[in-house]
Amino acid sequence: MTHYLDFEKPLAEIEGKAEELRNMARKNEEMHVEDEAAALDRKAQDLLKDLYKKLTPWRKCQVARHPDRPHCKDYIEALFTEYTPLAGDRGFADDDAVMGGLARFNDQPVMVIGHEKGNDTQSRIERNFGMARPEGYRKAIRLMDMADRFGLPVITLVDTPGAYPGKGAEERGQSEAIARSTEKCLQIGVPLISIIIGEGGSGGAVAFATANRLAMLEHSVYSVISPEGCASILWKDAEKMREAAEALRLTAQDLLKLGITDRVIAEPLGGAHRDREATIAAVGKTIAAMLDEMSDMKPKALVKARRDKFLNMGDKGLAA
Amino acid sequence: MNWITNYVRPRINSIFSRREMPENLWTKCDSCGTMLFHREVTDNLGVCTNCTHHMNITPRARFTALFDGGIFSEIDVPEPTQDPLHFRDQKKYPDRLRAAQRATGEKEAMLVAAGEIGRTPVVCAAQDFSFMAGSMGMYVGNAIIKAAQEAKRLKRPLILFSAAGGARMQEGILSLMQMPRTTVAIQMLREAGLPYIVVLTHPTTGGVTASYAMLGDVQIAEPNALICFAGPRVIEQTIREKLPEGFQRAEYLLEHGMLDRVTDRRQMREELTTIIRMLTGMPPAVQGDLPPPEPLPDTAISDDT
Repeated sequence: MTHYLDFEKPLAEIEGKAEELRNMARKNEEMHVEDEAAALDRKAQDLLKDLYKKLTPWRKCQVARHPDRPHCKDYIEALFTEYTPLAGDRGFADDDAVMGGLARFNDQPVMVIGHEKGNDTQSRIERNFGMARPEGYRKAIRLMDMADRFGLPVITLVDTPGAYPGKGAEERGQSEAIARSTEKCLQIGVPLISIIIGEGGSGGAVAFATANRLAMLEHSVYSVISPEGCASILWKDAEKMREAAEALRLTAQDLLKLGITDRVIAEPLGGAHRDREATIAAVGKTIAAMLDEMSDMKPKALVKARRDKFLNMGDKGLAA
Repeated sequence: MNWITNYVRPRINSIFSRREMPENLWTKCDSCGTMLFHREVTDNLGVCTNCTHHMNITPRARFTALFDGGIFSEIDVPEPTQDPLHFRDQKKYPDRLRAAQRATGEKEAMLVAAGEIGRTPVVCAAQDFSFMAGSMGMYVGNAIIKAAQEAKRLKRPLILFSAAGGARMQEGILSLMQMPRTTVAIQMLREAGLPYIVVLTHPTTGGVTASYAMLGDVQIAEPNALICFAGPRVIEQTIREKLPEGFQRAEYLLEHGMLDRVTDRRQMREELTTIIRMLTGMPPAVQGDLPPPEPLPDTAISDDT
């Protein structure tokens, strides 16, 4: 069943009607509904085009969080071969919110790491909705370190509402784990590529996205705080999330202008969840292109370029 | 270009009075409620004489108490792009900034200075919680980078006093980018073999804790300081249970292995001197009162460019 977002309600109605007509026709062979249903389809397509032509920042947040959007696991399965998951932080536990391991990308061995949100109730709970605990970041640090020693490029797929705000997470040093993960990102002498495939939630995202090259899907977001959180602090009203999403400039398009992301990957009409294969393929093409850009760079140059990128960040604001 | 500006002479009388109340008034301890003579609190470095509660003090007051003879030279911080996102909530961001500048008499939420502590040359950076909750924006990022560069140039340790509610939301993603930016600054220090000491003061939370404030060679906190990534209220809402007494306070973090020490503000100067002198291979500090040091020779403060 298709999951419709609140602003897609009119679309749901039209698509529902077309579906209903076709169902009736299936039961009663004398009915000829195809013309009518096709007309509804066209209407739905036009509406979809209209809705997605200019998504507001808040709507983009909704699309970025869409439950049917392809997640880290889907990308790993489709784009990588010989994926060999590696588990654990060697100190406390394995965190299912972060998946990672060795894999081949176009036959080249790489280290792939990402947040996984899960796709049904059970897996969402297991994955903690993609909110990592310190163990998740420490696992990532361990994997990045290994990649560095064996000269494997690191590819991170970012999709998290943020780091998990829990009692145990705090006791085990959530902030230290994030700080060290960001630090590790800046230290490794191998190419580090990051793709924001859905939500780039604050420090939990920075810990993976401090990369040589960053790409964002067209309707993904990357922000210092969730619009709801920002609204409740600055507007004293969590319902003002639309205004907050607007003010925060968290869309891929704004972040391209600000020089935060290097590329924006176009999504199929109606968002990544409407054509998962096409989205995954587009991400694969971008990863290949970005790896290619850095194929000749030496470890020292990679580290220096990454550091300089962040030191120089923020030189340009948005035009008035 | 000379980065180090004028010496700032100690202005004992104006340490607190500018932003709080005239010194002839009484002040109330936020913790035990005791009415305290303002001057007495000032002399006690903002520590309550009754219950030893550590109140917030400004970077300027802290530096005046910390550096030998209260003498330090302020280091200029490169100005970032103003209001890069044209951010507006219920107020415009530039208006909020101006209001904070008026209320504190400071330009931004971090002060960087060079000087000597117990005859030990250092660079210090301190975050100002009274300036928009000490929030980390591009200026604070620039200040930390500048502090690290100066420490490297002068071959001195860097001491950082953190105090922040987190990232500055009004700078959106650019405030978040200060996490990697400041981390690069700390790496520069490490590669130069210079000690980086963090003193966490109340409160240090959010993205600040998850970057430069947790990367010190030695991590010290002031007593009872709140130090966390996610605040207690957020956690209570998430897990729907009461948090234990003292959760996320300095002593709790010490117990959980996240800090090296919890140190009373009144002993901080001595402790920092001791640690830094050992890390940099200097002889033990002379105990007792020191005569005020000579101003730094011109060669030490002139820029090499």
